Amino acid sequence: MPDEPAIHARALTRVYKAKPEPVTALGGVDLDVQPGEYFGLLGPNGAGKTTLIKILTTLLLPTSGTAKVAGFDVVSETAKIRRVINMVSGGEQSGYGLLTSREQLWMFSQFYGLPNREGWRRVDELIEITGLTEQRDQKVRTLSTGQRQKLNFARGMLNDPWVLFLDEPTLGLDVAAARDLRDHTLAWKAAAPARTVLLTTHYMVEAEQLCDRIAIVDRGMILALGTPEELRRRVQAESIFRIELDRLPQNGGIAAIGDLPGVLSAVRADEEVADAAGSDRVALKVALADDSAMTSVVTAVAARGSNLVGLAKSEPSLEDVFVELVGRGFGDEDGSSKEPAS
Amino acid sequence: MTAYRAAPATNAREAAEWSTGRVIRTNLRAVIGRAYPRVIGLTREPSWLFFEIFLPFLAVSAFVFVYRALEAPEEYIGFVVLGGALTAFWLNVVWMMAAQFYWEKDQGNLELYFTAPMHLMSILAGMAIGGLVMTSSRALAVIGIGSLLYGVTYDIEQPLLLAGVFLLTMIPLYGMGMLFASLFLLWGREAYHLAELLQEPIYFLGGVNFPLRAIGAVAGVVIATLPLGVGLDALRQLAFSGSGVQGVLPVDTEVLILAAMGVIFLVAARLALRYLEHLARREGRLTLRWQ
Repeated sequence: MPDEPAIHARALTRVYKAKPEPVTALGGVDLDVQPGEYFGLLGPNGAGKTTLIKILTTLLLPTSGTAKVAGFDVVSETAKIRRVINMVSGGEQSGYGLLTSREQLWMFSQFYGLPNREGWRRVDELIEITGLTEQRDQKVRTLSTGQRQKLNFARGMLNDPWVLFLDEPTLGLDVAAARDLRDHTLAWKAAAPARTVLLTTHYMVEAEQLCDRIAIVDRGMILALGTPEELRRRVQAESIFRIELDRLPQNGGIAAIGDLPGVLSAVRADEEVADAAGSDRVALKVALADDSAMTSVVTAVAARGSNLVGLAKSEPSLEDVFVELVGRGFGDEDGSSKEPAS
Repeated sequence: MTAYRAAPATNAREAAEWSTGRVIRTNLRAVIGRAYPRVIGLTREPSWLFFEIFLPFLAVSAFVFVYRALEAPEEYIGFVVLGGALTAFWLNVVWMMAAQFYWEKDQGNLELYFTAPMHLMSILAGMAIGGLVMTSSRALAVIGIGSLLYGVTYDIEQPLLLAGVFLLTMIPLYGMGMLFASLFLLWGREAYHLAELLQEPIYFLGGVNFPLRAIGAVAGVVIATLPLGVGLDALRQLAFSGSGVQGVLPVDTEVLILAAMGVIFLVAARLALRYLEHLARREGRLTLRWQ
């Protein structure tokens, strides 16, 4: 008999009361995450990722549909779910600033019923693993953002959860701290392959690096689901080019490029243009039906007063998948989707 | 470097099956865990000594001087000192019990409490016990300093009963705090104003600075609704038993009232918490930060 899914959702909806009209955060999600999977929910702010996590962690009731975690219903079997899960959120400020790191973790260990001695042992173990040894007796309020988030990770692992929910866990962290935390989750999962992780992120790199499977979500719907490779293959049929221009095209700009025949989409590339001397330089990612459409792009760019200074064909990324599915980049809506340093 | 360990159970369903004993032990540990920050705060936040000892003591002193100027019976000085000690508990209940869930929500702790396997009543109990321990030190300091400075003489015939009545007073008092913790969260940002609103009327109605009998018939109503008032009245009768002090009601009756109040407030707190949790899950506003 196959394993019961670690996470199971069918026709899951959540509507928030709001004025002037209700807001549909989840519009009918079907999802199965198998035990042992590192599963990613990738989508921009407001996509419904956090709402889904709140429902699965028993913080929120669904408006309709069903959801189960470890085989237990999120509406009626909350006590059992809470025994086998834990959650870490980005920017979390939980705990009490007057406690030391060690004391704070011990306090949370008591909420999960760890016997006193076992609790302290586990705390010391996690402090060492997460690299907080030097901060073990430091008051929590004096920790840096990165150290604080490492502490949150340690807290999330205190009870050896079977299903760990990570909600934008590296939000606001610097390069090294984000990398450390990603490595920790991988090492933690590797120690017991049956552990399941559900990660929400709007960082493409993070999702690609960590997840076995990814669901791309937007406006409360799952738009695509598969392994990173499967998702990339969805846009493999198209040609993706990165073109670098000396300035933004005039007369309609990037949108005009996107409207050209044979051009599927055109968005500004997130990464910065390397040449500091050309401060007006911009980079675009252009998806074409086939390579021949590039001729019209080059012509259109020149006609709009821009000069082509670089051209490269790109392998598709998850962002390309997202753009293909949604018709816009992450940053086009909220401007907050910078890739994390990896 | 230490490596991550594997979970001991063979699957999640098995790991979720807890015995009744384990559930009880987890909740008891949660009580201790939540009490810990408050108890340890005794040594970590010396500024609290100023706010919770010196400031109540100033209020006590003001009334002592008024009673001395009016040549009131000497027991009144003791009444005020005892009232000052109880004030520390009332302040603790209002600011560190009633308003606490509201602050926990903003910190993000409430979400974690909801998703942990213990009952939220254990968190409230931990807050109450921790607060009680922390505040007892302040209250004892007020009594000690006040008694020494103003020469208060106690006449205690039944010290065990006195201790018992004190503990019995704390149960409904903190039970009220546990109830208000849920209600304040439901009322949102008005919680802060509500705490301020409650503070002074209860000082008055609780008879912190004067004997409750002085307000006549109203005292009867007060005694039946406020743990602080009935507890303080009973404690004064027991602490100054040889001086002919008369309370609003006999101590035996007040003990029964306190016991009934304890049950009522704890049950009400449990029901309010259940409603809060349901509302939190239904509306999604109560556990999410900044909403």
